[in-house]
Amino acid sequence: MNFDFSDDQKELREQAQRFLRDRCTPKAVRNILEGGDTYDRTLWKGVVEMGWTATVIPEEFGGLGLGYLELCVIAEELGRVVAPIPFASSVYLATEAILLAGSAEQKAKYLPKLASGELVGTFAMAEGAGAATPRTVRTTLKSGKLDGTKVPVADGNVADFAIVLARTSDDGERSLTLAIVDLKGPGVTRKAVTTIDPTRDQAEIAFAGAPAEALGGAGDGWSLTRQIQDRAAVLVAFEQVGGASACLEMAKDYALNRYAFGRQIASFQAIKHKLADMYVNNEIARSNAYYGAWALSTGSAELPEAAAGARVSATQAYDYASKENIQTHGGMGFTWELDCQLYFRRARTDGLSLGPARAWKERLVQQLERKNAA
Amino acid sequence: MDFNDSPEEAAFRTEVRAWLEANASPKGEATGFNRARWSEADALKRAKEWQAKRAAAGYAKITWPKEVGGRGGTPIQQVIYNQEEAKFDVPTGFFDIGLGMCIPTLMTYGKPEDLKRYVKPALLGQEIWCQLFSEPAAGSDVAGLRTRAEKDGDEWVINGQKVWTSGAHYSDFGILLTRTDPNVPKHKGLTMFYIDMKDPAVVVKPIKQINGGANFNEVYFTDLRVKDSQRLGAVGDGWKVALTTLMHERLAVGGGGGGNGPDYKELLELARATELEDGPAIRNASVREKIADTYVRTQGLKYTTYRTMTALSRGQQPGPEASIGKVVSAPKLQDVTGYGMDLQDQAGVLIGASDAPLEAAFQQAYMWAPGLRIAGGTDEILRNIIAERVLGLPGDIRVDKDLPFKDAPTGR
Repeated sequence: MNFDFSDDQKELREQAQRFLRDRCTPKAVRNILEGGDTYDRTLWKGVVEMGWTATVIPEEFGGLGLGYLELCVIAEELGRVVAPIPFASSVYLATEAILLAGSAEQKAKYLPKLASGELVGTFAMAEGAGAATPRTVRTTLKSGKLDGTKVPVADGNVADFAIVLARTSDDGERSLTLAIVDLKGPGVTRKAVTTIDPTRDQAEIAFAGAPAEALGGAGDGWSLTRQIQDRAAVLVAFEQVGGASACLEMAKDYALNRYAFGRQIASFQAIKHKLADMYVNNEIARSNAYYGAWALSTGSAELPEAAAGARVSATQAYDYASKENIQTHGGMGFTWELDCQLYFRRARTDGLSLGPARAWKERLVQQLERKNAA
Repeated sequence: MDFNDSPEEAAFRTEVRAWLEANASPKGEATGFNRARWSEADALKRAKEWQAKRAAAGYAKITWPKEVGGRGGTPIQQVIYNQEEAKFDVPTGFFDIGLGMCIPTLMTYGKPEDLKRYVKPALLGQEIWCQLFSEPAAGSDVAGLRTRAEKDGDEWVINGQKVWTSGAHYSDFGILLTRTDPNVPKHKGLTMFYIDMKDPAVVVKPIKQINGGANFNEVYFTDLRVKDSQRLGAVGDGWKVALTTLMHERLAVGGGGGGNGPDYKELLELARATELEDGPAIRNASVREKIADTYVRTQGLKYTTYRTMTALSRGQQPGPEASIGKVVSAPKLQDVTGYGMDLQDQAGVLIGASDAPLEAAFQQAYMWAPGLRIAGGTDEILRNIIAERVLGLPGDIRVDKDLPFKDAPTGR
């Protein structure tokens, strides 16, 4: 049994913690929250220099050729500090999409620049309220032109290119195709949208005959989207676990230092049990995320099940921890001044970014049913 | 990251499996909730035979030193043995308290002649031990116990009552926590002894539970005379000795699980076979959410156990995550079983094995789930333990901490 990270990976974790402690302080996150910029450019530059954007990209494309376990370690640390950078969009989604479905030419064109941070990519799926599915997607890809509006698109104002889920036919599950589009090219209008979490940029992107090329086969868009999401779900689960752990630490520190009724509030069972529940949820989420990491790193056929389990568990744990962290802080937790809000916002954004827990529970049961039928 | 044994672990697993195959029969395909039930006397007889067999082969207590009949093995070997044995239809459970808690306490505080006399018969399943701690007025607050031991020459005279004693009715010996000095604060006036359960001054009465079973007992002591040589630890040091016992309880890896109750797989099986008002239960979105919620808790615990095993496999102490088992599994069992009964609609009340789906596994487990949330540490005490020992939060303010025990406030 070897169900843990290796010593080298733990060393990477410590290195990441040291780096982020200096470079991604709550003050730096607040600068983005309060409109200082769309993302933290200095931090992004540092992250690129650390090679993190290149982690799983093969060496032939300018990457480090490391495994997904290393990327999971980095993800947890980025989540712990609510890093305000387009890492998830560019690394977990755009890079994974190209690794999964890109032609040799597309890989050669995009991967080296994604590795070097020269290009930032994102993934555009949603078209307003409700699920984006083969029944609902209206954006079209016809003769190399993209038309329609995607909103919200995470890091959409920051990214250089987007991978867009678009309709190419009315052939049910095979009606959608992925398209790569240059967001700085013609026919693209981007507009910032306000969201619950300004530490992560979101855009509305309108395409009017924007030149685009297919990524993967025509009609494969829906199946590819789900495969890309499975990979991203594991990585985001580690970010969520990192964030949930930070919430528990914050709540614990506050409860130990806050006195009421003549004693530390951490000595009241109402608080102790709340924090114990946070701990239990976080450990359950961490263990499910580890299983996801194993499935992702070994290319296991169990990835869809493992990813859904990791996603549901991590979303539940982060939701609980971020809310009860505020509750533990009392009135101060609700103020702009304290940092509880950073996690409260990010927990919800992470919990929605790849689709909500409700949808992933359904995906999980589909996998269990498939296993039963086999 | 992988789930594989190391070469040494794989070799040990092969050895264990070969021995089990030669000496026991594999479990059948049945779900196992209601396998043929033996009378307790028959089950005990079978269990004693099996215990003798595995002890002779060196598998009864793998981590114990060879001198006392163990194997001198590692914790991960014990886990591997447990995993393999679980695939076979063998009777176990009667010896867990004795070998897991009582005998280790004896090993720490007993005299060499005690070890010589008691360890081997316990290991071979010839003698069974029970643990006599809880009392009617001392459950979660076990240090509030009132059973009195008074010195009389070279003997102690014991009067009082214990409760929730598992297996007292078939035990030969027990370790008994008593109050020897009511004039000092409660933790300081306790002393531990071991006693002969067959002494006529010891009376055991079964407690009938909600589910009709009787797994626990009340134990009464009326002028029970115990030699001072049966004392474990110093007079007044009983709390320290009891903590040793309880520490051994917590070290049992994989302990505190949810038992054999129905889980997400059984919920899936039930949902596939059950019609609701809007069609098959398995097609109902709220049912599917419930299955998924249960799955992530169950799998999360399973993979947490794998993390603990990894630490053991690397020769490290398990991390604090090993402490979350029962506080997750016990409420989950109560939740899942109630939900399974909901799916059966009005017929959910039926508990006859031939009347309800899956041999009434949901109903039967529902009726013992409340006990699981209490036995071996209530949900609330387990949260306190996590809060204090894992997270380092302060202990409760104890109003009786510095009072002589006799002056501490009590209810009726």
